[in-house]
Amino acid sequence: MKKTIGIIIAFILPVFLMYIIFFENEPQPSKLDLLRQTIAQKKVPAVDHSKFPELNRKFERPQDITLACISCHNKRHEEVMQTSHWRWLIDEYMDSRGIISFGKRNAINNFCISINGSEGSCNRCHIGYGYDSKDFDFTKAENIDCIVCHDNSGLYQKEKEAAGYPKKDLDFTKIAQSVGKPKMDNCGFCHFDGGGGNNAKHGDLEEALYTANREIDVHLGRDGGRFECVTCHEAKKHNIKGRLYTVASMNRNRLLCEDCHSNSPHNEDIINEHTTKVACQTCHIPTYAKVNQTKTFWDWSKAGKLIDGKPFKIENEQGNHIYLSEKGEIRWESNLQPEYVWFNGTSTHYLMGDTIDEIPLKLNKFLASYSDMNSKIYPVKIMRTIQPYDPVYNRLVNPKLWDKETGKGALWKDFNWERAIDEGMKYVNLEWSGKYDFVQTEMYWLINHMVSPKEDALKCEDCHTRNNSRLAAIKDVYLPGRDHSPFVDNFGFALIIVVLAGVFIHGGTRIVYSRKINKKKEK
Amino acid sequence: MKRVYIYKGFERFWHWMQAFLVIFLAITVFEVHGSFSFFGFEQAVKLHIIAAYSLIILIIFAIFWHFATGEWRQYIPTLENINKQIRYYITGIFQNAPHPVRKTSLSKLNPLQRLTYLGLKIVLFPLMISTGILYLFYRFPQSDAGIKITIDNLGIIAYLHTLGAFLLIAFVIAHLYLITTGQTLISNLKAMITGYEELEEEENEEFKSNIEVENETAK
Repeated sequence: MKKTIGIIIAFILPVFLMYIIFFENEPQPSKLDLLRQTIAQKKVPAVDHSKFPELNRKFERPQDITLACISCHNKRHEEVMQTSHWRWLIDEYMDSRGIISFGKRNAINNFCISINGSEGSCNRCHIGYGYDSKDFDFTKAENIDCIVCHDNSGLYQKEKEAAGYPKKDLDFTKIAQSVGKPKMDNCGFCHFDGGGGNNAKHGDLEEALYTANREIDVHLGRDGGRFECVTCHEAKKHNIKGRLYTVASMNRNRLLCEDCHSNSPHNEDIINEHTTKVACQTCHIPTYAKVNQTKTFWDWSKAGKLIDGKPFKIENEQGNHIYLSEKGEIRWESNLQPEYVWFNGTSTHYLMGDTIDEIPLKLNKFLASYSDMNSKIYPVKIMRTIQPYDPVYNRLVNPKLWDKETGKGALWKDFNWERAIDEGMKYVNLEWSGKYDFVQTEMYWLINHMVSPKEDALKCEDCHTRNNSRLAAIKDVYLPGRDHSPFVDNFGFALIIVVLAGVFIHGGTRIVYSRKINKKKEK
Repeated sequence: MKRVYIYKGFERFWHWMQAFLVIFLAITVFEVHGSFSFFGFEQAVKLHIIAAYSLIILIIFAIFWHFATGEWRQYIPTLENINKQIRYYITGIFQNAPHPVRKTSLSKLNPLQRLTYLGLKIVLFPLMISTGILYLFYRFPQSDAGIKITIDNLGIIAYLHTLGAFLLIAFVIAHLYLITTGQTLISNLKAMITGYEELEEEENEEFKSNIEVENETAK
């Protein structure tokens, strides 16, 4: 009897303990639902700008709208003039440089290289009017373009090659009366089309998002969260939350998935544990450039070819330029698997005039590793480019790419590298040896958008596998399922073979001897 | 010969449960290890963890049982007769020689078994359980709160755990074979299933083990 009770207890207790350990953490159904409730609350604007007499008039110049804005919002322009959207500089601490001001004004990228000397064209995407050279007056408030962000009429557009001025013959009155919180097209106008075409730069920000479904992006999707950009990218005093680490270097003011979702959003602890070392994006954005192609490779050295003295272009099936006399050879790709790197919110940057210390040259470098407590694995698009440099001074050069007219040395007008580099380097007051060659560069773009529905998230086996692990490049960590010690494995298999061999030899010998003994007995 | 009740109910339950769990753990762990694919990585991990906790609970009960019943004395190592036992496995067994160490309910294990099982209990199982727990909690708690375990290199833990797994598998193979070396081919197996085994009846001082002497002096 006692025995039976003992056995029953021995059975029941482990089951009971296991029940406590594994099943007490019932799924918390409310977290995501609460978020949905919050997002579903639409905010009604407190005022109707179309009723204001200040806006019910004809505006001759776009600056007049700005002045009308400032006449009521009489401090806001000061906030705007502190932002990197206006200054194209940011004051940041950067490893090995200390506190410096950097941004589009003095950085070099591996798309159109630099704004310097080509401001008239590049600065179509500046939130100002008339930033057509480095002499632009950053203190003149009337040149702030309030409308590009706050137009809600959908009518406002900046003119091409006009240094940020809008198109002529727009209905400024209607536009000014429509103002409100920025919508997706306000942000998308610049952020979707940077780098020479839709989705060219980011790979996860593009025009398809205007109409995307939740398969493409659960947040922005029209049948998903129906977010606007500013739903997450909130602004305090015009300082918008979220960073782009091609022009940022400090771990501050970041916008994280965890801000809404917390760092333990999954029902299973073992998945939540991953959040200490793996960013949400890594699993939840399995591919990027899901709809339209993005640039992945750019060979500037092929630029300048002419047919009958005239520039030409070759388009691919999606209408993207794979060759341009102005820009050289460009590779476009879609449905890409990101590459994966450690990232902790800090990075360093190659700035104009720096020496090239490695090839390929990393124009932005993440200072992170497994052993760093703040580092997580993030998905990135790595843009790879072959771009001009000065082999004598061993630094990247700044070619003048654009000008209104031919004959001013702009590469895109005159197709002469020497002249373009000469003009560009003079413009930034840097010496040039007179020689140029081309060098490989890389730029790291974190993939943050186009989050897939949870069903499409990565599965364990995508990383935890011997072959073709997504994290094959992350080498400074032991990854279960991917890694093993050949020494331990070989020793182990050898041991098992030796034991098995011992069993067979010993057992075989026993059989042989027992037969002999039996025969003797028979005799 | 006398039919002796040699393996108690809990002992048999513990033995078979442990056997099942160890084999199940081996199957799942080598899937996690990347050696093959059957359950799928996620399921393999979950099943491995559940089996591991079950085994730990079982071992806690077994430890309690061993101390409560005094059965732990079965594992006190002895060098006495160890040469005889080795010689038996190398030569005697082939000639149908008698087992050199007599099995009694107070001394179930021969000197080699004592050493092996003691090794399992104080080296291999603690190694597997400690590396297993560190494997699960090498970063614990997840957030930056209070005291925490932070081990930078999971690799070392994983290698030791893998090594232990190979040793356990080697043990299981050898153990399965050595089951057949009892009085008859299946007498050991039968004893572990039913609890009863036919053992020699007579008390012979010569074969009386240390344990018996100790037990008697303890009384």
